[in-house]
Amino acid sequence: MSSDAILRLRRLVKKFGAFTALHGIDLDIAEGEFLTIVGPSGSGKSTLIRLLVGMEEVTEGTIELRGRRIEQTPANERPTCMVFQSLALFPHMTVGQNIEFPLKIRGVSPADRRRRAMELLDMLRLPQDYYGKGVAQCSGGERQRVALARALAFDPEILFFDEPLSALDYRLRKTLEKELKDLHARTGKTFVYITHSLEEAMVMSDRIAIMRDGRFEQIAIADEIYSRPVSRFVAEFMGEVNLFDVTGAENGGLISADGALYVNGNASGMGVQLAAGEAATLMVRPEFMRFLPPGETADFVASGIFHGEYELGSRIQYEVNTASGYTLTIEKLREDRFSGTPGEKVTLGFDAEAAHLIREARDGAR
Amino acid sequence: MERVDRKLGVLSALPLLALLAVSFLAPLMVIAIFSVMPQKVFSLLNVPDFSSFRVIVEQGYYRSLLWSLGMAAVATVLLFLICWPLAFGMAKVFRRFSLVLTVAVVMSLFVSENIRLFGWVLTLMKGGLIEGHLRAWTGVGFDSPLYNVPIIVFGLVYVYLPFMLFPLAQGISMIPDDARQAAADLGASRARILFEIDLPLAAPGIVVGSLLTFVLAAGAVAESKILGGQAVIVIADDVETAFTFGQNWPLGSALSVLLILIIGGLAVFGVSRVDLDAIMGRRK
Repeated sequence: MSSDAILRLRRLVKKFGAFTALHGIDLDIAEGEFLTIVGPSGSGKSTLIRLLVGMEEVTEGTIELRGRRIEQTPANERPTCMVFQSLALFPHMTVGQNIEFPLKIRGVSPADRRRRAMELLDMLRLPQDYYGKGVAQCSGGERQRVALARALAFDPEILFFDEPLSALDYRLRKTLEKELKDLHARTGKTFVYITHSLEEAMVMSDRIAIMRDGRFEQIAIADEIYSRPVSRFVAEFMGEVNLFDVTGAENGGLISADGALYVNGNASGMGVQLAAGEAATLMVRPEFMRFLPPGETADFVASGIFHGEYELGSRIQYEVNTASGYTLTIEKLREDRFSGTPGEKVTLGFDAEAAHLIREARDGAR
Repeated sequence: MERVDRKLGVLSALPLLALLAVSFLAPLMVIAIFSVMPQKVFSLLNVPDFSSFRVIVEQGYYRSLLWSLGMAAVATVLLFLICWPLAFGMAKVFRRFSLVLTVAVVMSLFVSENIRLFGWVLTLMKGGLIEGHLRAWTGVGFDSPLYNVPIIVFGLVYVYLPFMLFPLAQGISMIPDDARQAAADLGASRARILFEIDLPLAAPGIVVGSLLTFVLAAGAVAESKILGGQAVIVIADDVETAFTFGQNWPLGSALSVLLILIIGGLAVFGVSRVDLDAIMGRRK
C-alpha cells in the first residue's frame, strides 16, 4: 500500500493556540481508494480535511501528494478539491455556471466548458435543462449533485467530502450514498470522506479510519473494525456492543473480573492468550448473544433480569440487566423473536468464536 | 367580511395618505409645473413655454450640472476604492475593532458638516495649521491646496465616507465564507475570487452605497462653497441662486427637475439590478 500511496501524511500536527487538534497523524491513502474518516464531533476530522485541501495551515509535519510536498501550497494551487458540508454553491450563478467555474478559472473555452458541464449533468443524473437553472431553485438532493458535478469538473487528484449528506433526510441520504459509491467506481478517483455516521462509512468505504481526540484509533476495512476493534472506544463507536472486564487465568483461560460472566472451559476458541492476571475486555456484538433455554449452555454464560424489547425494523433488540450492573443488549431477527416478560429471569450465552478480546494499553501511552 | 375589512383598511389609511400626498408630492408637483413656466413668473397660472430649458442650454447652466455629476461620479469611485478594503475588514476580519471604527466614523457625523469643512479650511489654508507651522519651522511654505476642484472632490469623499462604508460592509458581510473558500479550492486566485465571487455577491451593498454617495454628492453645495471657494459652480448653487438673487423660480425649478430626473433614473436603474431585500436582512 505504501508504494502506490497517492497521499502520505507524516507526523501531522495542528495546534490552535494552546489547543492541539491533531497529534501527529500518519496516514497513507492509496490511489483510487474510498477512505472514510469517522469520528465524533471534535475528534479533529474536519480539521484534518481542511489541512489536506489547504484551508488551514499545518503546524508541523508533512503532506506528500505523489511524492511531492504540498503542505505549504495554497489551496488554489493544490490539485485536490472538497465538497463542503454546506455545499458552498455560488448563489449568484446558475447550475451550469457553478459546474463550469473551475474550467472557467482554468481558461477553458466556453464551448468546451458547456460540453463538459452537460456530460457531468448526465453523469449525475440531472436533466440537461438544469444548466440554466438557479441553484436556489434546486432541491437538496439536486444541489448535492451540482456540488459533486462542480468538484468533478475540477478533475481533482483526490476528492474530499466534508459530511455533505448530513443535512439530508434518511431516504435521500441512502440513495446518494449508493450513488456516491457508484460514482467512485465509475470515475476511479480517490475519495476521502469524513462523517460522524458509521452507517455511511460502512456502506461506502473501502477502508475506515476511526478518529478520536486528534488521533487515529484504528484504520481497517469495515468488517475488521466491526468485529475486531482495537479498543473499547472503537467497539462502542461501531454500534451496540456488550463489553465484559476479564483477566487471564492460570490455566490460559479467562476469568470474569466482576463475576458477571460464567466461563465454561478455557475459552480456547479466542485465538488470543492472556497472561495470568492480565486485564482485557471481552466483546460480543448483540446479534451473537442468545437466550439459553434450560439445559443448554455456551462458552460464556450470563444471567440477568429481562428488561424490555425495542423494535429496530428488521431486527428486535432486547435489554437484560445483570446483578453486577451491566445492561446487556441482544438482537434477534424478526423470525427468531424471543417472548419474554419484563422482570423475568433469563440466561444468556455466546460462543468464543463470536467474541473478541480487546487488549488495550492501559499505561496512558495513547 | 374580508372585503369589508379591506375597505375599512383603505378608509382608515386615507387621512395619512392624503397628508403624505400633500406634504411630499405637492411640493414636487409645484416644482415640476414651475419648470415649464415662462421666465421670472411667480404664478402657476401661465401658459407653459418651456423657456427655462432653453435658457439652461443657451446660458451654460448645464455646465454646473455636469460639474456636479462629474465630481459626484469621481467621488463615488474614489469612495468605493477607499471603502472596499475598510469595509471588507469590518465585515470579515477586524471583529472587535470594527466597533471602534464604526463609533469613530459615526462620531464625525455628530458635528455639523459646515463646521467640519471650516476645520479643513483652517488646516489647509495658507498660514493655516499645516502650512503655517511648516513655514514657522523651516521657512519654506507652499501654496494652499484650497479653492480648486480636487479639494472639492476631497471634501465630498471626506463628508460622504460613512454613506459608502456602512452599506458596503453590510453587502460584504453577505458573502458566504464557504463560497470564497470553495472558489479558492477550485483553483481561483485572490483576484479571481474578488471578481467572480466578492463583487457580484456584495453587489446590493455596492449599489446602495454608490447611489447614496452619488445622490448626496451630486446635490452637495457646502464643499464647493467652503473648500472650493466657488472655483466651480455646482448645480445646487445655481438652483439656490435662481430662487434667491435671480428671482427666477421657473429656472430654479427646471434645474431641480433635471437633477431629480437624472438621479431618479440612476436610482431606479441601480435598484432594479440588485436584490435589495437581501441587504435588508431577508434570508433565503
